[in-house]
Amino acid sequence: MDKVIIADNLSLAYSNNETIINKVNFSINSGSFIFITGASGSGKSTLLKSMYGALKPKEGSLVVGGVELRGVSGGKLNFLRKHIGIVFQDYKLVKEWTIEKNIMLPLIINGYEKTVTQNQVDSLLKHVRLKHQAGKYPLELSGGEQQRVAMARALSHNPILILADEPTGNLDDYSSQLIWNLLEGANSQLKTTVIVVTHHIPESMNVDYKHYHIEYGSIHEVN
Amino acid sequence: MKSIKNHLSLVIALLSILFSVQTFIIIERSIDSYKENLATSYSVVVVSNKRLDNKIIIDSNKIVSEISALTPDNVIERLNTGMTKKNMELLKLTLPKFYKIKLTHYPTPKEIESLTENLLKNKSITKVENFSHNHDTTYKLLLLFKTVISVFAVSMFVVTILLIFKELRIWQFKHNERMSIMGLFGAPTWLRSAVLFRLSIVDALIASALAFGLFSYISSSTWVLQQFDYIGIKIMIFDPLYDFLLLLGVSVFLSIMLASMIVLGHKEEV
Repeated sequence: MDKVIIADNLSLAYSNNETIINKVNFSINSGSFIFITGASGSGKSTLLKSMYGALKPKEGSLVVGGVELRGVSGGKLNFLRKHIGIVFQDYKLVKEWTIEKNIMLPLIINGYEKTVTQNQVDSLLKHVRLKHQAGKYPLELSGGEQQRVAMARALSHNPILILADEPTGNLDDYSSQLIWNLLEGANSQLKTTVIVVTHHIPESMNVDYKHYHIEYGSIHEVN
Repeated sequence: MKSIKNHLSLVIALLSILFSVQTFIIIERSIDSYKENLATSYSVVVVSNKRLDNKIIIDSNKIVSEISALTPDNVIERLNTGMTKKNMELLKLTLPKFYKIKLTHYPTPKEIESLTENLLKNKSITKVENFSHNHDTTYKLLLLFKTVISVFAVSMFVVTILLIFKELRIWQFKHNERMSIMGLFGAPTWLRSAVLFRLSIVDALIASALAFGLFSYISSSTWVLQQFDYIGIKIMIFDPLYDFLLLLGVSVFLSIMLASMIVLGHKEEV
């Protein structure tokens, strides 16, 4: 099976040089569903950031989608990011853009045609139950609704990899369930690799998943 | 409403820069025109024992444009107290020759001094009257006026540049988040900054159009034209092609510089 992520002796640190992740080795198969858990400050979000190139490896190597992220050039990083869908804990929606335009963003970046873009956005808005809110701005929506928009944006361009950082933290049950359903759907139907950083793994998951736990800078698989 | 407010802050800053640039141009033109007026009315008077060769005087002094002899008839007329015609002719011959020298442009005090020295090197020239006292006062006043206006224009320019830098910080804060988000989804730099460049160019065009309207109105205002007429200055207050292109260039350059600084100063969030 193809490996979508390969970490070899990977160490991560912020500018203050304190090592957060220390010489970890792991690989993730294409099409798998992964949960990464750990206590607050353990480095799970840091590891996720490194996967989309927001934090470069301090030591070792990290290959995502065939792109080595240590010393990666801006052009290559952009190329990789075009094929990744990211869901942030704080949503990261463009406040001055409508919901519709926010979802369109990856499609515009990937150069999709206008009609394809519009059809895809309409379909996603239906899936996240926000069709009636298309013209609204992010700050006019609740937290749960904003996260559903962020989810739709991450799925819009059919990425090879979805990285989600605590996508259901502080969300109501309805929004949480909707988000898990979308992630499961992308993984089972489109064979998208999904990596979710979370404190709690939902009890009823309809897909097979692997669970990794981060502790003291190391990562290990939980059986 | 919010969008108009966003545009207005940069448009006003750009407009005040364009206003100071055009004001400076008008002052420059007025001073040049005034200098021309002064040059035509200003002349140096030379007294010589012998008849002067105009060509030699003009060739040895580049600043001299024209030299003409002043007829002594008026003076002789006043002295005529029953003199015979022969005596009159004799007197005419013994009187020194007077010449009026016109200059190519309005001279600086140094140019006058050098011209006087040069003319006096000619043995037959006994006196050069350059009216330097009057000339110096007018020239110094002109320079003072130009300096005051220049200081005013430069300070207005500096204050507006500071305003633009303040605006830059606001824009940086406002656009950084969007540019970071676009970057996280793989948007190349040109796409991330496209909105910014579009906004700044639109603002530059709006500011230039407003400046065009404002100066077109001023240049056609009868009151303004009358004021210039009173002081004998005839200039083009606003050239709809040359001046507009200059103002457009200044405003587009400044706004593109502003946008480029934001793009260069953008740091991706970690």
